[in-house]
Amino acid sequence: MPIQQANWSPYDNNGGTCVAIAGADYCVIAADTRMSTGYNILTRDYSKIIQLADKSVMASSGFQADVRALQKVLEARHLVYQHQHNKQMSCPAMAQLLSNTLYYKRFFPYYSFNVLGGLDSEGKGCVFTYDAVGSYERVGYSSQGSGSTLIMPFLDNQLKSPSPLLLPAKDAVTPLSESEAADLVKTCFASATERDIYTGDKLEILVLNAEGIRREYMELRKD
Amino acid sequence: MLDSEVPATSKNSSVISEADSQRTLYPYVTGTSVVGIKYKDGILMAADMGGSYGSTLRYKGVERMKPVGKHSLIGASGELSDFQEILRYLDELMLYDNLWDNGNSLGPKEVHNYLTRVMYNRRNQFNPLWNSLVLGGVKNGQKYLGTVNMIGVHYEDNHVATGFGNHLARPILRDEWHENLSFEDGVKLLEKCMRVLLYRDRSAVNKLQATNITEEGVTISQPYALKTSWNLAAFKNPTVGAEGSW
Repeated sequence: MPIQQANWSPYDNNGGTCVAIAGADYCVIAADTRMSTGYNILTRDYSKIIQLADKSVMASSGFQADVRALQKVLEARHLVYQHQHNKQMSCPAMAQLLSNTLYYKRFFPYYSFNVLGGLDSEGKGCVFTYDAVGSYERVGYSSQGSGSTLIMPFLDNQLKSPSPLLLPAKDAVTPLSESEAADLVKTCFASATERDIYTGDKLEILVLNAEGIRREYMELRKD
Repeated sequence: MLDSEVPATSKNSSVISEADSQRTLYPYVTGTSVVGIKYKDGILMAADMGGSYGSTLRYKGVERMKPVGKHSLIGASGELSDFQEILRYLDELMLYDNLWDNGNSLGPKEVHNYLTRVMYNRRNQFNPLWNSLVLGGVKNGQKYLGTVNMIGVHYEDNHVATGFGNHLARPILRDEWHENLSFEDGVKLLEKCMRVLLYRDRSAVNKLQATNITEEGVTISQPYALKTSWNLAAFKNPTVGAEGSW
């Protein structure tokens, strides 16, 4: 009897795109709400965004079961942090925790492509971008997921971020206003929806600033 | 998409280790689609009573939907023995819920979350429960309908389906489902979906149950059959107009 081979994969790609843009005193985090598998749409209304702390919001796309498990692990770890330190985790602290959590499963990864957005300890906007195994970098803006290849070059063109190699280091955050950044995000998704089959249905935008957090929705093409 | 990693030990050697023989590799006796919708008073769910053994329609009296506690209903497709295992897990869950005896009871959202964690955990161990589950219910007037599959992918929506139901039933539901369906309209809509599945899914059998869950409780219908029509003109005189055919 020939050796039986496994004929199932522990991974699936449920699609979707995430974007985050850092401003001088705000951060915009956005993701579409479509969840797919293969050529099917499973649901048009699934949020990929989660608020992990007062000033940290994570958007993740990829394999939904892993994304949800990752969200739960980070939520739980933040609760423990609050118990032990009697304060919220800062966004840079959450960024390190996310990296460590992802690398912990380096040899059976969370198939999750994340952008973490929020305000740093000085109140300035910050965005961290990750790969599936925890490699991360603080940037002025980023996109991840199925539409990222379509959006990232556009963001590069519009936001003209200075090189991180410059000395003295120049700020990567955009001088755009909050509403201009939100409009830019909407444009990104409207365009990505045209050409990426996994992006569409609805766009969820979160804007984080000193006042708190604001949520906005925009309809996208459903085809 | 990352492909699954087959353990290196069993790839090329002629020795299958004991541990590998304990894992699920493929399903044996399977149920096909389950379809569920929200309607005005709660949830309606339908599934046929077939248990296939590969291409053989072996069992025709399998109940693939069961109540869970007071507020929930579970429907399963995939490996039936794994479904029976899941029912045992749920029995234990409900037992501990009742033992608290504090007036609280697990609602459908909580049961769905529990099932999601169970399915994901087994996927992590490379020994999945080979099922796609539909979990529906009503608690305190709140309707809930969700689904989870063997690798832990889960979501809730106004209408859900497993397997072929995703291909054949969801499009119909996307077109015709609306808020506050009456019971009669809901049943008609479900039967429309089940009829299409009966025509087009080779593992479907014409013996199905429809279940209803509302705030008041669960009702599972007696098994019944759908009316079908094979009277298509093209089937009556199939060779008319076909040159050289007989």
